[in-house]
Amino acid sequence: MRAFEYTSPTTRQQAVELLAGSWDQSAVLAGGTDLLSLMKDDVVAPKRVVNIKDIRELHGVRFGPRGMQIGALTSLGELADHPLVRQHYPAFGDAVVEAASQQIRNMATLGGNICQRPRCWYFRSGFGLTPKTPEGKSLVEEGDNRYHAILGNDGAALFVSPSSIVPAMIAYGARIRIAGPKGAREVALEKFFVIPRTESEREHDLRPNEIVTDVFLPPPAAGRYAHYEVRQKESFDWPLVLAAVALQMNGNTVRSAKVVMGYVAPVPWVSEEAAQALVGKTVTEQTAQAAGEAAVSQAKPLSRNRYKVQLARVAVKRAILQAAQGKAEGGAA
Amino acid sequence: MKKNVRIVINGAEHRAEVEPRLLLVHFLREVAGLTGTHIGCETSLCGACTVLLDGMAVKSCTVLAVQADGRSITTIEGLAASENLHPIQEAFWEEHGLQCGYCTPGMILCAHDLLQQNASPSEQEIRDGIGGNLCRCTGYQHIVNAVKAASRKMNQRQRAAARAAD
Ligand SMILES: Cc1cc2nc3c(=O)[nH]c(=O)nc-3n(C[C@H](O)[C@H](O)[C@H](O)COP(=O)(O)OP(=O)(O)OC[C@H]3O[C@@H](n4cnc5c(N)ncnc54)[C@H](O)[C@@H]3O)c2cc1C
Ligand code: FES
Ligand code: FES
Repeated sequence: MRAFEYTSPTTRQQAVELLAGSWDQSAVLAGGTDLLSLMKDDVVAPKRVVNIKDIRELHGVRFGPRGMQIGALTSLGELADHPLVRQHYPAFGDAVVEAASQQIRNMATLGGNICQRPRCWYFRSGFGLTPKTPEGKSLVEEGDNRYHAILGNDGAALFVSPSSIVPAMIAYGARIRIAGPKGAREVALEKFFVIPRTESEREHDLRPNEIVTDVFLPPPAAGRYAHYEVRQKESFDWPLVLAAVALQMNGNTVRSAKVVMGYVAPVPWVSEEAAQALVGKTVTEQTAQAAGEAAVSQAKPLSRNRYKVQLARVAVKRAILQAAQGKAEGGAA
Repeated sequence: MKKNVRIVINGAEHRAEVEPRLLLVHFLREVAGLTGTHIGCETSLCGACTVLLDGMAVKSCTVLAVQADGRSITTIEGLAASENLHPIQEAFWEEHGLQCGYCTPGMILCAHDLLQQNASPSEQEIRDGIGGNLCRCTGYQHIVNAVKAASRKMNQRQRAAARAAD
């Protein structure tokens, strides 16, 4: 790891001032479970590291009529054990409990989970988010793309969005607050993620001198929620594919639906097709199956990841069935 | 630019001037001279380097020493309060929860975190709890048995202590 300057501001104002206007100058350090790996591998080499863990106001969970406000520094371990999370946002709670392992959840923060960098092995080996061969061909298309994108993969970015918690948060309609030199702004979590077109862009709408300060989960509308993961093994790892769904019901029929897939695209993938396939229907094996089909109808698998189309289809179907049954559990493949 | 840190390890205060890039595991082994904390992968995958940071299990290869400034660490050397082994250590011994022993300090500290939160975990909860620790030797079954035995021992001792206090 390269040498760097270490700073520990105690207010968000100071933190923002310590951050520079370009990514290679400075980096935010929260739990460090991702940043330190990237620095060890020399994928990023900030000259200054701004440790935000001493900013007290960014810790903790508050629950009120506007829903739940979660400080960006709240650890995944605290969230996993939080009774109000389990009670009001069970699918989000399930996603948190399933993520990583105990030791990582103790250190990892929710803000860091949202901002963690893609796991694409070309990116992690220093080839960037749109890796190319010397002749300008896509390294991912030419190479080992078994874990890469099947949707949203028309451009140069073929990695998949890395968080297994973000899709459930999007299903609950999460918003995040971001502090920067000009004050605070708020964005829907769904809009925070973007597909980079060139190497100069990032996978999210965060500027180098901004920090995510809070996550807001609206009061859960009387709806049905579920989170379903397909993993290669039972111990820690990132899932192969997952689906998170929110169903608002009108008696027995679906009034509106949100279907979010993880690990299928460079962003958390909200499937309008799957939602449309459900609206006005009762949830049955057949309608859930049809929504799963719709979710992957636009999929364009790469040379080695056709299996993910089937996994995504089934994950969406099972998440919908579990939501309808009021169960919010995931499962292993 | 070096930083001064003050880290309490197993109850004893350690002060040092360190480079910010020094990993906690290297601080423990090289600065504090406590080599019971092992380094396996150094990439936060194997769990061999697990220690308790303010009582919570963390992978010390993915924590900077400066992140532990002002906080307290428990390593395997400091788990037992006296000359005697800690009940989790006894249980690993009695149930053959180790062969080469490389993963053992990390396994024991991870089990400690689990048993603090859940005094009587089921087999599945134990397997989930130690999911972040790899063992190349035992096949895990004896480790799971050891954690179960440790849970029984700790619960029994707690009941005995409660009776003695009555
Ligand atoms: C073995 C292993 C298994 C894992 N399995 C899973 C899994 O199953 N599912 C899953 O979702 N994740 C998984 N992870 C990833 C883990 O959840 C993330 O590493 C963690 O959440 C990052 O949080 P952190 O606080 O440690 O972030 P850091 O490492 O401190 O930061 C991560 C990145 O986000 C930036 N950042 C952090 N906080 C902020 C902020 N508030 N504002 C702006 N930028 C910020 C940093 O600059 C850095 O680029 C796993 C990690 C490991 C090591
Ligand atoms: S050495 Fe830290 S997890 Fe392997
Ligand atoms: S006992 Fe040898 S690695 Fe676990």
